[in-house]
Amino acid sequence: MRDFSYLRAGSIDTARQAAALPGAMLLAGGTTLIDLAKCGVAQPDTLVDITHLKGLDRIEIGEHGATIGALAKMSHVADHADIKSRLPAISEALWQAASAQIRNMATIGGNLMQRTRCPYFRDPANFSACNKRQPGSGCSAIGGVTRGHAVLGTSDACIAMYPGDLATALVAFDAAMHLGERKLLVDDFFLLPGSTPDKEHAIEPGEMITAIEIPGSAAARRSTYLKIRDRQSYEFAAASAAVGLELEADGRTIRDLRVALGGVATKPWRARAVEDALKGKVLEPEAVRAASQLSVEGAVDHGANHYKIELAPRVVARAILKLGETA
Amino acid sequence: MTVHNIRVGQSKRGDASDGTLAEAIGGRLSRVDGPAKITGAAKYAVEQQLEGLVHAVLVESTIASGKVRVIDAAAAEAAPGVLQVLTPDTIISLKTAADWFGTPPPDKPYCPLARDITFSGQHVAAVVAETFEQAVAAAALVKVSYDETPSIVDLSDGKAGDGIPIDAMTKEWGDASTAFASAPVRICAAYNTPREYQAPMEPHGLVARWEGDHLTVWEPSQWLDGMARTYAEWFGIPFGNVRLVSPYIGGGFGSKALALSHGAVAACAARMLRRPVKLVMTRPQTFTGYGGRAATRQTVTIGADRDGVIQSIVHRGVNETSMDGMWVEPLGSVTSIMYATPNFSSKQNVVRVNSVVPGAMRAPGENPSAFGIESAIDELAYEVGIDPLEIRLRNYAEQDPHAKKAWSTRQLREAFAAGAERFGWARRSPEPRSMRDGNQLIGWGVAAGTYPVRRAYGEAVVRILADGSVEVESSSIDMGQGTYTILAQTAAETVGVPADNVVVKLGDSRFPRAGVTGGSRLAGVMTGAVYKAATSALDQLVGLAISDPRSPFHALQANTLVVANGRIASPRGDGPDVSIAELLNSVGRDHIEAKGDTMPANSTAEDRYKNYTTIAMSVPHTEGDYSRHSWCAHFIEVRVDEDFGTVRVSRVVSALDSGRLYNPKLAESQWKGGIIMGIGQALLEEGIVDRRHGRIVNDNLADYLVPTNADIPDIEVISVGIPDLHASVLGGKGVGELAIVGIAPAIANAVFHATGKRIRDLPITLEKLI
Ligand SMILES: Cc1cc2nc3c(=O)[nH]c(=O)nc-3n(C[C@H](O)[C@H](O)[C@H](O)COP(=O)(O)OP(=O)(O)OC[C@H]3O[C@@H](n4cnc5c(N)ncnc54)[C@H](O)[C@@H]3O)c2cc1C
Ligand code: SF4
Repeated sequence: MRDFSYLRAGSIDTARQAAALPGAMLLAGGTTLIDLAKCGVAQPDTLVDITHLKGLDRIEIGEHGATIGALAKMSHVADHADIKSRLPAISEALWQAASAQIRNMATIGGNLMQRTRCPYFRDPANFSACNKRQPGSGCSAIGGVTRGHAVLGTSDACIAMYPGDLATALVAFDAAMHLGERKLLVDDFFLLPGSTPDKEHAIEPGEMITAIEIPGSAAARRSTYLKIRDRQSYEFAAASAAVGLELEADGRTIRDLRVALGGVATKPWRARAVEDALKGKVLEPEAVRAASQLSVEGAVDHGANHYKIELAPRVVARAILKLGETA
Repeated sequence: MTVHNIRVGQSKRGDASDGTLAEAIGGRLSRVDGPAKITGAAKYAVEQQLEGLVHAVLVESTIASGKVRVIDAAAAEAAPGVLQVLTPDTIISLKTAADWFGTPPPDKPYCPLARDITFSGQHVAAVVAETFEQAVAAAALVKVSYDETPSIVDLSDGKAGDGIPIDAMTKEWGDASTAFASAPVRICAAYNTPREYQAPMEPHGLVARWEGDHLTVWEPSQWLDGMARTYAEWFGIPFGNVRLVSPYIGGGFGSKALALSHGAVAACAARMLRRPVKLVMTRPQTFTGYGGRAATRQTVTIGADRDGVIQSIVHRGVNETSMDGMWVEPLGSVTSIMYATPNFSSKQNVVRVNSVVPGAMRAPGENPSAFGIESAIDELAYEVGIDPLEIRLRNYAEQDPHAKKAWSTRQLREAFAAGAERFGWARRSPEPRSMRDGNQLIGWGVAAGTYPVRRAYGEAVVRILADGSVEVESSSIDMGQGTYTILAQTAAETVGVPADNVVVKLGDSRFPRAGVTGGSRLAGVMTGAVYKAATSALDQLVGLAISDPRSPFHALQANTLVVANGRIASPRGDGPDVSIAELLNSVGRDHIEAKGDTMPANSTAEDRYKNYTTIAMSVPHTEGDYSRHSWCAHFIEVRVDEDFGTVRVSRVVSALDSGRLYNPKLAESQWKGGIIMGIGQALLEEGIVDRRHGRIVNDNLADYLVPTNADIPDIEVISVGIPDLHASVLGGKGVGELAIVGIAPAIANAVFHATGKRIRDLPITLEKLI
């Protein structure tokens, strides 16, 4: 039997030291980690439980933005009145994720670190080839069932989609992440698969996410997260868009626009081309639809996921237009 | 002598609108097993805590076709806590058991662990260890090597071929092809349904324990006596030596009616180790360890005149089966009876593919069959420019067009009328794409459904106990549909006691026997058996009261007495009035017991055994002068966001004819459950196969999507049934399977009305509409 040791961290420092040991993993809500251990993907030697650390579940929010502790629960952040009013896209991304039960267990730090839902990645017993799991072993998905795989940011080594909703909203608003002493843009935290799909994050052994910081902005205040999927709830995105909009005083010219895509890329996908094309333009449907097409520039499909290339720009356009309607 | 009489004939409607008390038959009594389930007091099969219990975990094939070359179990055997690794070489030999028809089996050994691999996920070995975790860990150490051969993945595989014609499925009358060729309006289309899975909340599993030559199996079961027979035949022991226990079942939907190979493995392990063994399937194993609904293909051609009156239907169907098992999903079952047509031809093939043998799933046959014909008639409606409801009425079958017999009852016209009225169908604008709300296209669709009245046999014992309470026993089961409740109602009303005073005991094969709970037959069968048993128990009670010299009624010289609300009195109230307990006490009896069954008179012991342990003798629904079916009409509104291709069901009104309802509250729940499952089938459910590995990849409930609450609107169900005494003793027809039939085509038809796009491949996922 695979024995592992369980360690309840008493302080952030002890947690980080323990997590630096080979085979050690941080345990937060466990909704990703325990699941992956059950399918034989995660095989920790030591679980470092951080859920008892004090002070890491705080939500602070003001004019300049919000700081959310890594141990804050998804449900608490989603329901927080100030998050709802000042950062609606964050709240919406969270409450449309997973299920009520999972949101009550899962933490913000764990959420960002969730792994791909690629079915081949999650089933080592039946599919031995997976570069993300076992570098150099090949990719079972390419040539297989690809309906849920990425069309943006893929490589020959891996086409796995990053499934999280929150991170998509975070990259739209230039959020940063505290890794102890270090601070890093969330956008830079997620890595493209390239030839090393096993390396997903710019995090080093012994580092731990302690908080995320979301700068306040007019665009963040007027924001939304639109998530499209076959099932009305409890499903990952077929395509999603986090969008923030700021208009000039004339009420029709776009001063600031933030767009990020979820459900279609190997990492949370900031669509700057769409932003740049529309900034300074008058917000009107034709222009928005045309610019939204830029969100999937360079997309490559693998057959069954082709629809995402059609779908994503429509989701972006709808989200922008919807924000435009709300005064 | 008995005065307590169920006034079936006077119950005008099949529901409680005639003012029935909740406790009486036809009343809306809440589920009597509800509190036990909600509080966790209900103990499910694998929750048994037994002394010395050990755990078995299955090892499954990772290829779809080939042979096991070597199983290297050394590492697993050496792992901590491991008691035994079972392989085809080490497992004890079993005998082949008869199939569910009772067909005598070939005289050859049966091995539940495979050497010859015909599908991915086949059981090849099992590890038994002291703890579950040890068994899981050791199972991962079992190394199986294979000689792989090419596989046939599914129906669309180039190597699949046309398959095997199933002549018994052929139904023909008139000259369908000639009539089609000369019809002024002709439509022809192909309809496909994917592999679908029952996905019950409670996964399959069991605890098996041997005591000498006696085997006890705690296992969720839709058919205790059939499964007990199979275990007995496997091990070559008398039927009476096997006890199956299954008081609660966390959903079956057809998947828990048969003893399966994992059960054989656990029972073998228990025998070999002389310890009780628990084996529970993982969720992924529930997708490969037994069969879901077979994938199907149908072509439906309809020839009609310009008024939409059908001249000819030609139907061809194919379903997949496994390499070594035979599953026929009767695809012409609705096609052949729903509409009147002078010319008809339906034929079916089955195609062997490398999959586990498909199995029964809610309304096998009728469900995909209805998707074909109920989509096709909708296509015809648009072709001739007639309202989809009107065309169904124009082609209404006044009698069974295939059996050429009168319907026992067919309230389908009433269902169309009631549903249309409630839904507001008359306000529908006929053109596709003509109804809209902002970004959403709105579509209204209609489809009909039907399910045959399957009849079989059951026994029950009813006991009136010294304290005046009543006990009912039967080896039939309750998997959530409400058997406990309706049998309590039946016994309460028949004997004349409050339902609170009735205790129903089900789910133990030591109780009086019952046939399979499948095909929506149980309620009709068991209410009949309990009614008969309760009637004769009541006869005995009243007989004692009248004739026993110690009875307070003895002096009355009455020839009848009334039993109501647990008390006995004379009809005119001019004598004593005593409780049942007082009477039994006065005549010195501690109980009265009677057995009832629905078997034909003069049945032999052998007939009974066959009836309860096989389905060989179930009565055809067209036996005698009548053709017996339940019927329904579904009216559905969808909202389609055309940018995204997403379909949301926003309104469902269904009118259903299940005959008399023994408990409308529970029947409505079952109908709604079927409708919800149908929404999943229409929009979400599909087993997706990796064509290179021949393996389903979405073998879990995060990836195989079933509807959530958010996907389900308010559902309105309307009972239009009337008691049908040709269908069952008390007048009910089938409930459980009916309502899913016709939901998928009603949704597809609504999607067409919304978008102008006809989707003929289920499920209707967003990429098919963007
Ligand atoms: C069925 C299902 C559906 C889901 N649907 C969605 C969805 O629609 N949208 C969505 O966004 N998510 C979805 N999720 C994912 C869910 O949101 C994550 O499982 C959850 O957020 C993880 O949080 P946790 O606290 O449980 O993390 P854990 O499981 O405890 O940890 C996850 C990973 O993060 C690491 N980790 C945890 N905390 C830290 C930290 N502070 N610093 C560094 N590393 C850390 C752990 O070591 C581990 O590797 C779904 C999950 C399931 C099981
Ligand atoms: S897509 Fe990536 S995660 Fe999936 S099998 Fe290929 S390498 Fe593994």
